[in-house]
Amino acid sequence: MSETQLIFQLSHPGRSATSQAPKALSDDKLSAIPAHLRRKQKPALPEVSEMQVVRHYTNLSSKNFAIDKQFYPLGSCTMKYNPRGANRAAMLPGFLNRHPLAPESHSQGFLSCMFELQNFLKEVTGMKGVSLAPMAGAQGEFAGVAMIRAYHEARGDEARTEILIPEAAHGTNPATAVMCGYKVREVPVGKDGDVDLEALKEACGPQTAGLMMTNPSTCGVFERQIEAISKAVHEAGGLLYYDGANLNAILGKVRPGDMGFDVIHMNLHKTFATPHGGGGPGAGPVGVSERLLPYLPTPMAGQRDDGSYHWVDSDTLDTSIGHLSAFMGNAGVLLRAYFYARSLGREGMIRVGEFSTLAANYLLKRLEAVGCTAAYPDRRASHEFILTFAKEAKELGVTAMDIAKRLLDYNQHAPTTYFPLLVPECFLIEPTETESKEALDEFVDAMAAILEEARSEPDMVKEAPFTQPVRRLDDVKAARELDLTWTD
Amino acid sequence: MSEIPAELRYAASHEWAKNDDGVVTVGITEHAQDAMGDLVYVELPEVGQVLAAGDEAGVVESVKAASDIYAPVSGEVIEINEALEDEPELVNNVPYEGGWLFKIQMSEAGDLDNLLTADQYQAQIESE
Repeated sequence: MSETQLIFQLSHPGRSATSQAPKALSDDKLSAIPAHLRRKQKPALPEVSEMQVVRHYTNLSSKNFAIDKQFYPLGSCTMKYNPRGANRAAMLPGFLNRHPLAPESHSQGFLSCMFELQNFLKEVTGMKGVSLAPMAGAQGEFAGVAMIRAYHEARGDEARTEILIPEAAHGTNPATAVMCGYKVREVPVGKDGDVDLEALKEACGPQTAGLMMTNPSTCGVFERQIEAISKAVHEAGGLLYYDGANLNAILGKVRPGDMGFDVIHMNLHKTFATPHGGGGPGAGPVGVSERLLPYLPTPMAGQRDDGSYHWVDSDTLDTSIGHLSAFMGNAGVLLRAYFYARSLGREGMIRVGEFSTLAANYLLKRLEAVGCTAAYPDRRASHEFILTFAKEAKELGVTAMDIAKRLLDYNQHAPTTYFPLLVPECFLIEPTETESKEALDEFVDAMAAILEEARSEPDMVKEAPFTQPVRRLDDVKAARELDLTWTD
Repeated sequence: MSEIPAELRYAASHEWAKNDDGVVTVGITEHAQDAMGDLVYVELPEVGQVLAAGDEAGVVESVKAASDIYAPVSGEVIEINEALEDEPELVNNVPYEGGWLFKIQMSEAGDLDNLLTADQYQAQIESE
């Protein structure tokens, strides 16, 4: 495949899409902007024709590895199909053209969808209240821990300085705890993937603000001692935070609220099938137990006695941790999640949990049968599972990264690699419920072929990929010399 | 098989320690750098900082992961390897020489005895 030029390299002075070019501001409008704030020179944008732009980006998009083109078993990310129907409904002109400052009377349709979505999420997680305000998963985490902090502070309980986090947790959890002013204390995980309960009990104390964990854990197994964990943390006066990353596995089956969690954030782009970021808009609603209700971030959708809908804002909920953005969440993403939830219904939600778990366990057993090593062979997988290639790395010099790169040549997106950190040379694989048996079998065939290649032609596997627009990228240079500004 | 010099002492968390008359040079082992992959960033303690054995003393970050570095012995940090700011790859290339991280003026000589010998460390990484 040929090397693609950057759009800047296609630039030709004076060329433009004239029909789409913005009109220059008239002098009277221009004079409204103070002289020192006006641009002295034109921005360094590429000068290209409309046709060039269309071809350039269409060609680039055809090189994407994407859920619309390939199996995408990226563990912990829940890369399920994003239904076109939900997309279409969210694009209805009434939604698309609604201004966020429009009066409530002009937003009843939108507000009713948001109110119902809050209720669906409340019910499916077993929490007492839900706010859709967080703009993404990371902000949902921030809001969750900020509420834990607000709760302790409101009680004058200010000696609580530590958040406990199992070592199998998502990397974002410690970052969130630190962001909210807490110290992180790591709790070890046993050989079977469950939290070391004795170590947890020892770590709990008057300094414990809370515990952040996900269940099923990042080891791809359901934490069996969750009730004992919940009891230990609550008895020490701490609160329990549920990272919703792995909610897909238990949707409609088990509810974090019933496990004793006080706060949860949900990644709608995972569990509720809205498109994944790529830097684009996300949604990370938070749900809370009774005691955190006063602190939910605003605005939220509320319903009056006469059935009409309204915004609940910080003026009526003055204990709220407040706004997280100018308005409430990313409206388009929330609408997509609403339509997804509506089209699934209660029965559909249960099938999501069942089929995502079935797909993962089928894939795990078949991969073990072709020679892959499971990290937790004695445990049933949840919606995802871990393979380790420590043996291949040691005996053949072929690492998990080499196998991941070779998968691209088989037209399979690589699973998550080298995460969680406690399993060496690992893959974290999550097929989701939206894949057919045939798609799963193709992945198994590719893995079987690659393991064979690793034995017969290890040097070739170490050079992969061969069929992609680029070969191995220089990760070190990218991390150390991040420079995204085009200069001639 | 990665190199484990017999004259050094080792922490279970993969730091090595070399004692020169009470000044202990600290780095990470060849096994550790190999498991981390190419390093992109090294965060070191500050000169003058007083650490107890087991305290967090810095962070090494690779393209795969970030990992805390712990002080293998107690004492005051008297020197850090400033070359690592521009060349973290020294830790990958020469972990026991130019890739050292910091030096501690040891306050408790007994701390060294709590560390693993080369043979014990070898046994630990084989059992991992």
